[in-house]
Amino acid sequence: MDNLWLLVLLMGIVTFIPRILPLTFLNNMRLPRFLNSFLRFVPFAALGALIFPGILTSTGNTTSALVGGTVSLLLAFKRVNITLVVFGGILGAYLGGLLW
Amino acid sequence: MKNLAKPVLLQTRYSAFTDGLKAAIPIAIGYIPIGITFGLLARSAGIPDYITVMMSLIIFAGASQFVGINLIALGTSFWEIILTTFILNLRHLLMSASLSQKVVPETSKGILALLSFGITDETFMVASFREEDHLKPEFLAGLNLLAFSAWNVGTWIGIFLSAGLPEAVKTSMGIALYVMFIGLLVPSCRRSKATLFIALLAMAVHGFLHYTPSITLLSTGLKIVITTIITALMGAIIFPEEESA
Repeated sequence: MDNLWLLVLLMGIVTFIPRILPLTFLNNMRLPRFLNSFLRFVPFAALGALIFPGILTSTGNTTSALVGGTVSLLLAFKRVNITLVVFGGILGAYLGGLLW
Repeated sequence: MKNLAKPVLLQTRYSAFTDGLKAAIPIAIGYIPIGITFGLLARSAGIPDYITVMMSLIIFAGASQFVGINLIALGTSFWEIILTTFILNLRHLLMSASLSQKVVPETSKGILALLSFGITDETFMVASFREEDHLKPEFLAGLNLLAFSAWNVGTWIGIFLSAGLPEAVKTSMGIALYVMFIGLLVPSCRRSKATLFIALLAMAVHGFLHYTPSITLLSTGLKIVITTIITALMGAIIFPEEESA
């Protein structure tokens, strides 16, 4: 590929377009009730979709991923600080990977 | 009496900025190892170092960049790479729209445009799950700045130190952002049954799209967009009056 510079620039532009348009133009608008309700569920819906099934292949070893995921779930239920939830999940994945 | 402080003023611009930095710490922990992995992979795919550095600076989107170097290494055509990148990031359209209602109204367009560059799955989630009704631009600036720095520092480390961490530790760190998402989701699911229902529904829908043979042809980015739209629509229909968590 000769035009790597141009490629990176265009990739940057097409990544930026979906980021910039809604935030810039919808911020001042009062949206219809239904749309507002829809947008408020977007984080939860996207979060569910991002977690599963992606987490299962995140460490290249399903068991390690399941152990890490379970540890973080337990810590999150115990209302532990989110940074510790992250470390706990990594540690769980590491130990799970060593054992199996 | 016109100087009476409104509640929204309790958070000064400076404290909003530092709150943003603090909120980005778990993101940074996740971004550094992934950035390192990106740097290493780009190196092994034969991408020139300055291009790798520019990708993290200009694109700042993990999935796009990984797919990008993969496609470049495979010799995929120029426009196909651009199109794939675009589809992969369509979900940010929804996230950006959702965030637009969470940022203090009447924020200037220039500032919003600047802040929008920092929207990633992770910064969006952390911002959405804040308890404030409206986020100050300074908060998002702090959040984005640390996340962006961690991503770029990770990339440089991956390129220039290419040895990095032991393999077992590095692969374990691949789970970091997923467990951060779990850490964000669980507390709000405790507060709201609707949230729990929608998150589980999204997992079911995405699991279905992911494992159903003929649908697996769709790109992951598109599947996430479809799942998010279907599930959030269901949420808006079933729980029209539900307060956001």
